[in-house]
Amino acid sequence: MRFQPTTEQREFTSVLRDFLAGQDVPSIARAWAAGDVAPGRALWRKLAAQGVLALGIPEEHGGLGATEVDLVLAFEQLGKAAVPGPYAESAAVLPRLLEGGPAASHLDAIALGETMGTVALPPAVPYAVDAAEADAVYVVEAGQLTSGVVTDERTSVDGTRRLGVVQAGAPLAAVDATSAFDHGALTTAAYLLGLGGALLDQAVGYAKIRRQFGSAIGSFQAVKHALADVAVALEFARPLLFGAALAIGGPHASRDVSAAKLACSAAANRAARTALQVHGAIGYTAEYDLSIWLVKVRALSSAWGTARLHRDRVRAALTDEVNHG
Amino acid sequence: MDLDLDAATLAFRDEVRAWLGDNVPAAPLPPLDTAEGFAAHREWEHRLAEARYSVVSWPREFGGRDVSLVDWVIFEEEYYAAGAPQRVGQNGLFLLAPTLFAHGTAKQRRRVLPPMARAEEVWAQAWSEPEAGSDLAGIRAQAEKVDGGWLLSGQKTWSTRATYADRGFGLFRSDPAADRHRGLTYFLFDLHADGVTVRGIPQLDGRPGFAEIFFDSVFVPDEDVIGEPGNGWKVAMSTAANERGLSLRAPGRFLASTARLLALARDSSDPALADRAVDIWVAARAYQLHTWQTVTRLLDGGELGAESSLGKIYWSELDLALHETALDLLGESAELESDWMAGYLFALAGPIYAGTNEIQRNVIAERMLGLPR
Repeated sequence: MRFQPTTEQREFTSVLRDFLAGQDVPSIARAWAAGDVAPGRALWRKLAAQGVLALGIPEEHGGLGATEVDLVLAFEQLGKAAVPGPYAESAAVLPRLLEGGPAASHLDAIALGETMGTVALPPAVPYAVDAAEADAVYVVEAGQLTSGVVTDERTSVDGTRRLGVVQAGAPLAAVDATSAFDHGALTTAAYLLGLGGALLDQAVGYAKIRRQFGSAIGSFQAVKHALADVAVALEFARPLLFGAALAIGGPHASRDVSAAKLACSAAANRAARTALQVHGAIGYTAEYDLSIWLVKVRALSSAWGTARLHRDRVRAALTDEVNHG
Repeated sequence: MDLDLDAATLAFRDEVRAWLGDNVPAAPLPPLDTAEGFAAHREWEHRLAEARYSVVSWPREFGGRDVSLVDWVIFEEEYYAAGAPQRVGQNGLFLLAPTLFAHGTAKQRRRVLPPMARAEEVWAQAWSEPEAGSDLAGIRAQAEKVDGGWLLSGQKTWSTRATYADRGFGLFRSDPAADRHRGLTYFLFDLHADGVTVRGIPQLDGRPGFAEIFFDSVFVPDEDVIGEPGNGWKVAMSTAANERGLSLRAPGRFLASTARLLALARDSSDPALADRAVDIWVAARAYQLHTWQTVTRLLDGGELGAESSLGKIYWSELDLALHETALDLLGESAELESDWMAGYLFALAGPIYAGTNEIQRNVIAERMLGLPR
């Protein structure tokens, strides 16, 4: 039993965090939302060079064949920085759908950062995010991987998520849709935890400098206690995320991934609400960068499975356990 | 990263499970906070101690098995899963003993720990006073130096288990001129000594689970001072993290209660209640996994610090939500006497004792988040 990241994993995480801190991601996200994807594609290639896109890809396709723990550690950092783009789809979901199939060679290009892929798994994942920008679009329907046909686009509350309406096209292979979905939900949960952590950091930073009634507002207990509750929620969501990463491939994968998604969504939402409240009116503006994190939390809360879906999955698994001892 | 238990731990778990299966009383013992129940629980502790299960993590010389932190967490899981009795010696085992291991002399350990392990001496805590609750530095009960020892005077209150316990531990002001946290000394004392008056205070369940203690020039020998005189605050705070965090609330208790809750919720036709039960399972699982994180950190040489405040808020709110959900599932019969109701009344105290949750939020905000005082 060793339930903490290894020294190497900590170093990888810290290198990634420092790298992203130097990338002006808010500007990249704003450009992405406005349709200028060039800076976002450049960051995509740089992250591929750091190995982020290759983590979940088997070694025979140029990937790192890393563990799901490595994946969630990386995605927490992507979320912390609010990096735009179909990272969960390309780095976590498509490897599970493509490996061993006729389109497996696409994984080599994904690992290198040359191909940006996206996928929809209706009904739980109805849209293919960033389909208009992606080089490869897939749809999973009735256990079949198909090449997706983009017919329209919808607008998300998070402007960086450009939602492609897609239809199933030519069938490519029979796939394990549950495993693919679990990987999408797991990495989205990690991304949400990162968003929540960044929101807490920003709110704490603001509470230390914003003065009212002659004092920093962070000295008021009403503000302190709200922020402390966010810290509690994030602290206890993280072990569920690691637990889910370890459960992948085992009998409790769906149960544990869903538990992590529920907890990370709830913690991120609490962080978002509190961060907005602590900032007051400035936080309510689109111009202030906090808005990038706020709307993304809302969008991802129902992406890769709503709370309803995940609660039902946990309940079904628990009922099974009670019935079968 | 892994959650795998090694073969030795699995063997220990099987051994514990088998022993508990053979020995846990089939019928529940009488309530702990009655004269009859206290005696029955003490009797149970004797049996545990005979089998060397009363203090598994302690060194063998004091009655333990010297097991690892991992094995201790597993022992707690098995203990609660088996529905074994409440630990009458909890205050001594989880608060005083860690203090003695950290600050006591070898002589004090030899004198105090073995009878504690066998529940021949059951210990009560004596922190709070009428004017010192959350603001524990406001302690007024005094210790006056005399030849060979000290004279204790004043009043303690909300002293858990003091009604039927044998001995107590707490902080007294040994230097009346010193301010706040300074000038406090950590004492052990006999609850049956001359000058001690104990008055049980019925709790919400009607039974005297805590008491007020009056001290009228009670003599305590020098050998019953823990740490240096005047250094009591530091000595006491070094185990406050134990009370808030790991040792007082191993996840076993919540896991066992959650399993019972899921059985109760299985037949519910109310989808909102079923959802709440699922959320309780998720929270209990989070607490369990978080404990493994903490255990790993401690095994790597880390310490329980301000982080224990995060856990204290989490387990106390989880315990309450768990029992509220169970009572709501019981519907019209919720108000009747039951294990769930007893558990609920116990859970209601969680956000208050071991430092109120409001104090914990201050600790998190100031010491972890760095917000101004």
